[in-house]
Amino acid sequence: MNYRDTASMTTHSRVVRGFSRALLLAAVADAFRKLAPRQQFRNPVMFVVYVCSVLTTLLWVQALAGHGEAPTGFIFAVSLWLWFTLLFANFAEAIAEGRGKAQAAALRSSRKDVVAKKLANPSRDAFITYVPSSELRTGNHVLVDAGELIPGDGEVVEGAASVDESAITGESAPVIRESGGDRSAVTGGTRVLSDWLVVRITSNPGESFLDRMIAMVEGAARRRTPNEIALTIMLAKFTLIFLLACATLLPYSIYSVQAAGSGQPITLTVLTALLVCLIPTTIGALLSAIGIAGMDRMIRANVIATSGRAVEAAGDVDVLLLDKTGTITLGNRQADAFHPAPGVDERALAEAAQLASLADETPEGRSIVVLAKERFGLREHDLERLHAQFVPFSAQTRMSGVDMGGQRIRKGAVDAIERYLVAAGGHLPAALKRAADDIARRGATPLMVVDGHAPLGVIELKDVIKGGIKERFAEMRAMGIKTIMITGDNPLTAAAIAAEAGVDDFLAEATPEAKLKLIRDIQAENRLVAMCGDGTNDAPALAQADVAVAMNTGTQAAKEAGNMVDLDSNPTKLIEVVEIGKQMLITRGALTTFSIANDIAKYFAIIPAAFATTYPALNALNVMHLATARSAILSAVIFNALIIVVLIPLALKGVAYRALGAGALLRRNLLVYGLGGVAVPFVGIKLIDMLLVLLRLA
Amino acid sequence: MNANDYLQLALYLVALLLLAKPLGDYMALVFADAPNRVTRLGARVERGIYRACGIAADEDMGWKRYALAMLCFNMLGLLAVYALQRLQPWLPLNPQHMAAVSPDSAVNTAISFATNTNWQGYGGESTMSYLTQMLGLGVQNFLSAATGIAILMAVIRGFVRHSAKGLGNFWVDLVRSTLYVLLPLSLLLSIVLVSQGVVQNLRPFAEVPVVQASSYTEAVKDEAGKPRMAAAGHEVTHAVPVATQTLPMGPAASQIAIKQLGTNGGGFFNVNSAHPYENPTPLSDFLEVLAILLIPAGLCLTFGRMVGDRRQGWALLAAMLVIFVPLLLACTAAEQAGNPALHGLAVDQHASALQAGGNMEGKEVRFGIVGSARWAVATSAASNGSVNSMHDSYTPLGGLVPMWLIQLGEVIFGGVGSGLYGMLAFAVVAVFIAGLMVGRTPEYLGKKIEAYEMKMASLTVLLPCVLVVIGTAIAVMAPAGVAGVANPGAHGFSEVLYALSSASNNNGSAFAGLSANTPFWNVLLGVCMFLARFPLAIAMLALAGSLAAKRHVPATAGTLPTHTPLFVTLLACVVVVVGALTFLPALALGPIADYLGSMR
Amino acid sequence: MAKLLRQSLLMLLLLTAATGVAYPLLVTGLAQGLFPAQANGSLVLEHGGAVGSRLIGQSFTDPRYFWGRPSATSPMPYNAAASGGSNLGPNNPALVAAVRQRIAALRAADPGNTAPVPVDLVTASGSGLDPQISPAAAQYQVARVARLRGLSPAAVQALVRAHTAGRTWGVLGEPRVDVLELNLALDHLSTR
Repeated sequence: MNYRDTASMTTHSRVVRGFSRALLLAAVADAFRKLAPRQQFRNPVMFVVYVCSVLTTLLWVQALAGHGEAPTGFIFAVSLWLWFTLLFANFAEAIAEGRGKAQAAALRSSRKDVVAKKLANPSRDAFITYVPSSELRTGNHVLVDAGELIPGDGEVVEGAASVDESAITGESAPVIRESGGDRSAVTGGTRVLSDWLVVRITSNPGESFLDRMIAMVEGAARRRTPNEIALTIMLAKFTLIFLLACATLLPYSIYSVQAAGSGQPITLTVLTALLVCLIPTTIGALLSAIGIAGMDRMIRANVIATSGRAVEAAGDVDVLLLDKTGTITLGNRQADAFHPAPGVDERALAEAAQLASLADETPEGRSIVVLAKERFGLREHDLERLHAQFVPFSAQTRMSGVDMGGQRIRKGAVDAIERYLVAAGGHLPAALKRAADDIARRGATPLMVVDGHAPLGVIELKDVIKGGIKERFAEMRAMGIKTIMITGDNPLTAAAIAAEAGVDDFLAEATPEAKLKLIRDIQAENRLVAMCGDGTNDAPALAQADVAVAMNTGTQAAKEAGNMVDLDSNPTKLIEVVEIGKQMLITRGALTTFSIANDIAKYFAIIPAAFATTYPALNALNVMHLATARSAILSAVIFNALIIVVLIPLALKGVAYRALGAGALLRRNLLVYGLGGVAVPFVGIKLIDMLLVLLRLA
Repeated sequence: MNANDYLQLALYLVALLLLAKPLGDYMALVFADAPNRVTRLGARVERGIYRACGIAADEDMGWKRYALAMLCFNMLGLLAVYALQRLQPWLPLNPQHMAAVSPDSAVNTAISFATNTNWQGYGGESTMSYLTQMLGLGVQNFLSAATGIAILMAVIRGFVRHSAKGLGNFWVDLVRSTLYVLLPLSLLLSIVLVSQGVVQNLRPFAEVPVVQASSYTEAVKDEAGKPRMAAAGHEVTHAVPVATQTLPMGPAASQIAIKQLGTNGGGFFNVNSAHPYENPTPLSDFLEVLAILLIPAGLCLTFGRMVGDRRQGWALLAAMLVIFVPLLLACTAAEQAGNPALHGLAVDQHASALQAGGNMEGKEVRFGIVGSARWAVATSAASNGSVNSMHDSYTPLGGLVPMWLIQLGEVIFGGVGSGLYGMLAFAVVAVFIAGLMVGRTPEYLGKKIEAYEMKMASLTVLLPCVLVVIGTAIAVMAPAGVAGVANPGAHGFSEVLYALSSASNNNGSAFAGLSANTPFWNVLLGVCMFLARFPLAIAMLALAGSLAAKRHVPATAGTLPTHTPLFVTLLACVVVVVGALTFLPALALGPIADYLGSMR
Repeated sequence: MAKLLRQSLLMLLLLTAATGVAYPLLVTGLAQGLFPAQANGSLVLEHGGAVGSRLIGQSFTDPRYFWGRPSATSPMPYNAAASGGSNLGPNNPALVAAVRQRIAALRAADPGNTAPVPVDLVTASGSGLDPQISPAAAQYQVARVARLRGLSPAAVQALVRAHTAGRTWGVLGEPRVDVLELNLALDHLSTR
């Protein structure tokens, strides 16, 4: 569970948590507003309930006029609870939307129209015209100075600045944005804190990241996802068959009354009540709330998906491509051991290594210093006092080191040092080379140390695998998801780390092209691939992957290519995304099963109540021993309405997800929601009936 | 139930499974795309047929083209049966000089046989000429069954093929079903049946003297055919002496073999396989009832072979058995318990070494309770609809079993071909629900189940339900419908409900007290039979077409396995729940009220 | 479309010829060759003529004969030209009335016999042509037939036993007694 901690380490000040009083009140108001027929018509199941509510209300009015088919109070009670059923459904949707709306409002406040300094050409010194940010178009260049809001999404083309992105990410620490490289993307609505930037605008008004985010959390852009559509079709068909089964009960009942010569035909009120109880109102009422809540969970995980379809696809992913660094291993390697060359004292090697690393402020360098101190109690020297000259790492030599007196200590990759030695007329001893190979085979990185032309030995730098990551991968495997590690390391190192971390496969010495090819190969087997990336050269792979999470710190190109953006820029988030996708589907499936399983108990409540006047023997089916026919029907209707309220938290939170194989997961969910769905209403209806009797309402 | 009852039921199931496996394997070869040792046997005959008909056998038909060919061929067949019935007085092979069948009855019968329902509004030995039986009814027994198998093959190919447009060739599937499967099996069975005493000749009915002459009273009719009334107000009657018995004859065995094998069920004689000439011995009974489920069970295994995973076939078969076996036991037990209404009378209903006991009304002594109940359950599980006892006289629970089995959509074995493709529609629905519950877009056999598949599958599952409930409502509201009801009270409602269930699921059996050979019933049931067969078949072909075009998704640990006991249970539950939820209210007013009433 | 129609028509004709002409004729030929007696109705021949079919029951109302199953065919019982069952529902008062009446008739024919009547003797068969009764139903009638025919019960008993068939292979079906053949044998015994 380690990774969860890292994922939630950032403070989500922007995210609205829990249900405030205001949120609940707004949802109640919304629940009534949603009674508009046009709103109801979108959901076939609830529309039937709507028509039934209107019908029973009319029957009640008729009863008030003295022509009632049943006692006025009974019709009123049924009608009232049918309206409640609708309101509860609306409430569920409203409360799911409510949180999104609150977030959207917060976001919208950062979308203020600002005055932008539009540049005639992409240079700080170009001619400036002042225009409203809403008039900026793709390709325009703007200058943003310290203290100003960035007027739109774009790419930094000149300058470097610290930017406060808390409005988007909720992260209060400022980040650096600079031209070139992978930190060039800026988002409209964020504020430049220091220095200045020249930004090329990359989005038109209304299409910006902020706009998309607002639309997403508001649910305005929410279209039904493919599985939701398929489920709606199934629910509509079920509703239709129950509608017909109930409607035809009237003629059956009339015939039976004639055939038996006793009793009364079933009343419209009872038929309507039966119908509403039978159609899958529970899932019908909560379906859209589940979808909205799924998106909401993504947002709370600080992931912005461009569509619900992408969230759903996340649940289907077969293969996860994970970058080694940052996802599987901590970003930094650590020195683990010193391997001296033949004839060299280990302590001498440690000392030289420490000296060469004193000025090296990288975590790797620091770890060498620390290791030397731990192993041999070597104190840190002061470079100034030693009159040492630090030689920084350069791309040409790919070495760093220190010149001090006669000593010319260098450290670097094995091949770089070998080239350095050969150029100087020396050579790398075979024993040392073997030691380096051994280190690589163990998944560590060898760092060679030389003094002048004399090889001193090798430092073993180890990758540090994140805690708990191995267990996560085992879970993924149980869920049927294959994990592939992507790394620039050589195959030997990659294999060792892959084995230690427990990933299923790896791609070593990865180039953007190799990555893209890997994705294509996997997709050719009709598997779905998820990946995350940040750099511009990740863009083609992100565009190709089925679920592509772009890091918010990444380039604009990467963000455009992906279908989700992780505001925390945490590559481990991919796993969480997959789980949220699955959880959304499972919640729908579980509540559908529950809803349909409920019908069995309702039959046992209503059928004897409806027909016992014709065939008294049918009272034998009243296994719950409900007090009267009317209390039985009313109890079923009330249960049917209340169960929606009871399940709202589940719909919003999602069914507890466990990383299990499909068979085990199905068995578990069938037991809980299938058998539970059969049993719960028996208890619930009986309790409500007892309560009605107690309150003398029966 | 005694030990022999269990033994007879067990023997039946064992024989069924033992024979289904080789037959399933054989059929997988018959319908394989590539030529093999089986299809090479009849290649010449096949080629001759295709050439004579101007058919390109290698044309790979898309689902629309496949459906069109199927419809065109079946509509022509339907017309042919209608014409034969209407024209039979002027055609040969009519030794009993049967008159032309009335238009409404002829339409009903034509639809009935073309849809593999074989509901019989008529009595065979008193209505149909030998020619009509052979060229009309007998031929449709073959062709409607072959059509069902052909459609199933197209549906299976939908699962097997990927990124493909075609589902195979209807003509090839039709010809192969007939030539390789139905004809050889029928030939074999009919000869065995003849050895048991099933008649097979083209002679006129035989007139024999009776051993004990008797007489019966009959109302005297006037010239207008109305009963003449005596002055006292009651009918004038006279005694008619009976010195002879008319024994029906005809080419029965050949037709009975195919009506059992092809899940047709249309008997040669009125009482179907209760007739001693149609089902003379316990052995003939065993073979005939075995033939009911043989091909449907075999096709499950054919399916497994064709999709390349035999376990998938066994799983479907297991799901069927999970529902079939308990209902078989329930029906047998209910009938064996006898009729409570006779408890107060001096009647011995107990089983003993000397008698089967139980509820013997409408049953034959040679079959007893277990042979009768076994048949009733098999014939309603499959959409066969032949009977060897009268379901109308079953105890309320005993009669509830076949009625409900029909209402489950004829997917527990079901019709040849149609039963399995119906079950596949249920499997798609089950996979969908289960798929959601494991958190993946549902897949079945590597094909993603999406909105379009759900549309077609739920249409297939629910259309018969719709036909049943609406048809029953129409029947009980119409005076002409109620007029046909024979029994009083809730049982009368059961008769109507059974008739509509039977027609709307292409079964064909009946609570036969219902007088359904009237224009009202002929038309109502005709419409139901038609709509239950062809729109459903087209929906399944559309589903198959969509599946065939999809890519194949490889299975992972996250994919729901569809061959496990868990899935079998789930599938059986979905079938039962849909059937129970749809029909429980109606059943409450019929057999359940009937049963609970008889208990008081 | 016209092409499809022609293909369909030709296919229908060809398959009709195969399944509607060739197949039944082939079966008829084989049946007549292999099992002529069975194929032609399993007739019981006496003195060169048929006196019935072994498989089709006949109506016996004379107490000197064993009675078969009640038959619901119309207009008279055991009308082989129009087979049929009663189709009375289990709770139908008409069924109970009919059973009462049959019990009364059996009792009237054999006043001393107060044993409960085996169920198959008072319930109509499905076909209305059931040629058999259960051994219990035969036993119920042995005393009456023996008395009225002046035969020893043992002789009648032996005859019943001779016309009782057990289960096929000891498993299939139910034990049963052929009524027509038993009665014919009775007549032979009496005339001898």
